[in-house]
Amino acid sequence: MTPSRTAFAAILGKDLRAELRTLQSLPAMALFAVTSFVIFRFGLNRTSLSGSLAAGVLWATLLFAAVLGINRLFVAEREEGGFDAIRLAPIDRSVLFTAKVAALIIYLVALEIIAVPIFAVFFLNSAAALPPLILVLLLADIGLASAGTLISSMAVNSRARDLLVPLVLLPLVVPLMIAATAATEPLMLLGGVTYHRFGTWLMVLGLYDLIFALLGYAVFDFLLED
Amino acid sequence: MADDQKGAEPAIRLVGLRRVYGERAALEDLSLETAAGDSLVVLGPNGAGKTTLLRILATLLRPTGGEVRVLGCKLPDEAWKLRGRIGYLGHEPLLYRDLSGRENLRFHAKLHGITGARAEARIEELLEAVKLSHRGDERTFEFSAGMRQRLAICRCVLHEPELLLLDEPDSNLDIEGREIARTLIGPGLGHTRVVVTHDPERHLPEADQVLRLDVDEPAAVS
Repeated sequence: MTPSRTAFAAILGKDLRAELRTLQSLPAMALFAVTSFVIFRFGLNRTSLSGSLAAGVLWATLLFAAVLGINRLFVAEREEGGFDAIRLAPIDRSVLFTAKVAALIIYLVALEIIAVPIFAVFFLNSAAALPPLILVLLLADIGLASAGTLISSMAVNSRARDLLVPLVLLPLVVPLMIAATAATEPLMLLGGVTYHRFGTWLMVLGLYDLIFALLGYAVFDFLLED
Repeated sequence: MADDQKGAEPAIRLVGLRRVYGERAALEDLSLETAAGDSLVVLGPNGAGKTTLLRILATLLRPTGGEVRVLGCKLPDEAWKLRGRIGYLGHEPLLYRDLSGRENLRFHAKLHGITGARAEARIEELLEAVKLSHRGDERTFEFSAGMRQRLAICRCVLHEPELLLLDEPDSNLDIEGREIARTLIGPGLGHTRVVVTHDPERHLPEADQVLRLDVDEPAAVS
């Protein structure tokens, strides 16, 4: 058997190299997020947002932008025979799941590096919320990437892939979005950053991450069977 | 090598193999034994189950019934032991369009646990053999179908497999390409080979065993 870390590095490196070369996912995700912020700014006719409204605008935008990347996560494997290549190799097939989750987390972090500062400029009066927000973003990214990779691997064999991913994924990430917005809300209050039940919601995010990471790792081998 | 291995356990042993898709049987009650080092040529019209047979032997499809043993491994239970000992050349080249030829081969080498200088040496040796070393840094979407097939042959033998499963290995290859392919996946190189073909004139002379599959007819082994 090939060591899992060698296979993990090969698959992750291949994905990142292909994305850097073709820019098929990241620019679309970033453009969607920025355009959404512009629409919210003029649609709500507000130059600043706070509390639950700010958290809702941020997370709804990041979630829908993430769906664009999740939709394309396994397209190369499906259309260029990568699934067969990986199934023929002497590797633990769950490595494909972990490598895809890692790739998606990197895409999400790159998206947030672009989108969150723009959100702050458009809607926040101060940048004080941003440092603690990084923790919320990271925990939510892990959960979103785990659930998204699982759903994407199932949907990629369907011709209705673009429809299936949002239809199946969005209900699954409702708990994640509740926890992420609830953790973000006190960071963006008008009176300044507070940490009311911040730790509790971080633990909920961590629990969601754990459940979907373990679930994906456990069932991914079966999903790759014919 | 073929002579040394004959008399030992067959490389491929099928007993009553059956595979159905929904209600349609693609393979029905197929039995055969192929000795290690031999070439089995599979003939038959479209839809006779040739590719299905190859994908079952490659561990990519599960048999619906019957017994399948490949290189001593019972499928599908011991498929994990078999992967890495098979070279599979199917209809799809299993190459990423946005990676170069060398990058594709490096990727497959890593999946098979071949890294570092050993991988680089093997990749250069193969690219040289298929006369693609000067184009190896170009992305494969810029390659012609024949060049992609040559690169797919490199991918197929990169990890020095014991068993080659070849589905129309000459497709898209010109005369020079076919001769090049023979040096890597031809008979007499020590591999056990299963060759699916629509070109019996070319492949029958190199066959130790011939399997004829037909739609709704029993398979014939000769």
